[in-house]
Formats: sequence, C-alpha cells, structure tokens
Amino acid sequence: MAKINIKKNAGSTDMTAMCDVAFLLLTFFVMTSTAKIPEALPVDTPTSTVQTKLPETDLATLTVGEGKVFFDLKGKEVRVRTLELMGEKYDVTFSDQDKEVFSRMDDFGVPLLNLKQIIDMKASDRSKAGQPGIPADSLDNQLKEWIYNARIANIEVNDKELQVAIKGDAKEEYPAIRKVMDMLQDQKINSFSLVTGLRGKDF
Amino acid sequence: MAELNTGDGGGKKGGKVRAKKANAKVDLTAMVDLAFLLITFFMLTTTLSKPQSMNLGLPDKDPSKDNVDMKVDENRTMTIMLGADNKLVYYVGLLATPIAGPKELPYGKDGIRKEILSRKKSVLEYTGNKDKGMIVIIKPSKKANYRNVIDILDEMAISDVPTYTIVNDFSPEEQKLLEGKQE
Repeated sequence: MAKINIKKNAGSTDMTAMCDVAFLLLTFFVMTSTAKIPEALPVDTPTSTVQTKLPETDLATLTVGEGKVFFDLKGKEVRVRTLELMGEKYDVTFSDQDKEVFSRMDDFGVPLLNLKQIIDMKASDRSKAGQPGIPADSLDNQLKEWIYNARIANIEVNDKELQVAIKGDAKEEYPAIRKVMDMLQDQKINSFSLVTGLRGKDF
Repeated sequence: MAELNTGDGGGKKGGKVRAKKANAKVDLTAMVDLAFLLITFFMLTTTLSKPQSMNLGLPDKDPSKDNVDMKVDENRTMTIMLGADNKLVYYVGLLATPIAGPKELPYGKDGIRKEILSRKKSVLEYTGNKDKGMIVIIKPSKKANYRNVIDILDEMAISDVPTYTIVNDFSPEEQKLLEGKQE
C-alpha cells in the first residue's frame, strides 16, 4: 500500500503583491499628509452640527483668542503679494528671502514692524514667541489693512474674492468677536465662515 | 517572490542525500497588517483634520440705508437674548406686548429648540405662507461668550429657521430683563 504523498503547500497566500500595494499607498499618504504644525495661538473652537468644510484656497483665517487676533492666509503667491502690499503701505521692505519664508509660514500675530523677527525665527520657536496679536484698535488698525490687502492680492493672483473665516475660542467674550465682525462688515464683507468643531448628532 | 534561497541542490558531490526542503517563505502577514493599519491612520487623519465651518451672512451695515426700516410683522419674530453664564432669555413679538415670554430657557434639545420648533409651526399656521416663516433675532450681550453664539446659530441650523440675524443693540428694557433675572 504505497501512498503517494503529494507535497502540499502550507496553505499560505502569497502576500507579496498585497504588501507592495499597501506600502505604495502608505508612502502616498505619508507624503501627502502635512504634519500638523502647532498653531501660534491655540484656540478651542466651539462645536456645531453643521458640516460644511472650509475651502482650501482663497481663504483668510482670523483666529481670535485671549483678546488677541492672529491672521492666516492660504496660498503662497497671495501671501507674498499681500506682504508686498503691506510693506508698501507701512514703508517696511522685505527681502526676497523674507517673502519666501513668509509664504510658507502659518498664522502670525505681530505688528508689521516686528514681523521680520518672526520670519527670522525657526518654525518651532514661533509658537513660543508670545506674539501679542495684530493691532486692531482705532489708532493703528493693521488687521483691517491685512484683510484689505489680502483681498486685493487674492483678486490679483487668483481672480477670486477672498473668503474670510473666523476661528474663535469658545470662551472668548462676544465683544471681541463682534469687533472682528464689525471690521469685516466695514469692508462690506457680510458673509463669512465661523470655524467650529464637530458635535455629536444627538445634541 | 517572498521565498528565501536556501541554496540546496547542485554542486555537491558526495554529500548526504537530503530530503528536498520546502522553500522557506517569509511570513508577510504581520507586515501587511501593519501597513494597512498605517494607511488607515494616515487616510483618516488627512481627511478628518479639515476643520468644519458654519456660514454666516449678516445684513448690510451701510449707513446710507439705515433709514429704510423694514416693516416686520411682530407675530413672526422671536427675540433671543444671550447673557452671561450661559443665560438665555427669549420673547415672541414686541417686548411691550409679548405673545410669549419673556422667559429664561436652557440651551439644547429640551430647552430652546422645543420652543423654536413649536413657534416655527405656529408662525406658519398664522401666516399661511411658506415664504413667510419665523424670524429670529439673536441678541448677544456684551457678557455672552462665543460658544453661546455658535450654539444658538447651530440651533437655527438644526431647526431650519428660514430667517435669522444677529443684532447688537439692546433697548434698556431688554438690558434690564437680561440682568434683572440674574439674581
């Protein structure tokens, strides 16, 4: 009785191709995702059930917290152009390298005269620098100029109207937000977005 | 493929005769598991990190148009005032002759939302016109915080109120109402 033993495989699937695909995708996602850079002014946004996403381009974000206002703008070219316009307005000259660094920066909250110091800092130090916020009082309303020039720059570069988003801290008192809203309305921006977190459905 | 070359076979003279070994395979299962786990992680973090936003349109503030006051049926309006410490007072109609309230309500599902929804229905019954729904006037006081404002705007979105706006000026009576009940 001779049994013929057919040699069997251990029943393992060949995972090579799967592994290849998995790592290809992994590489893709690692490359495309941007590391979250700590914000210069961390705020705790209130939550809402509305789920509109913010636009990715043509957007200026005003972060309001602790009574300070920080400014952020999307789009490298728009940022450079805005900086040029602001420089002209306040007689501050920025070198090409400054502009380049500024175009890659995130939100900031310093008067224009001190902006160069922030530009010269390392990215990791910027959030620790204790930026005082952009001056927005009636004597020296730089925030208004920033918004105004960003709108002009955005129209020049992208030929589109700039969207404005307000990102306020949940505990911020309403007058601080209102001041920013009023400033926007003075420029006839009557429609803007409020950045919120996501809240559960059964609120 | 993922097989190790075990170097058996040819070129060995007079060696022992070995049973032919199965090629040693590297088990890729764990690696694939890990890879997919990481993929999932990166996929979710890239798409979920986009912040949510809420659109808000405010009425034009042009001073030249200030004189043109729109006449609004007081039966359609509901005024919600936001005070300090998450306080909320509402009334319907004119403050001097209110249809309902003024009353203090909590935020959320069992508080203001019930009132808004029932009021919305009764306003529609009153006007009998789909285009003439309820109008909500939100008045945040100086002491209200931003969370309250977002909360109440969110209520508007949830209960689908057709017209709402934020108004900043308080009449002295309203101020009294908001502060008087605080004690």
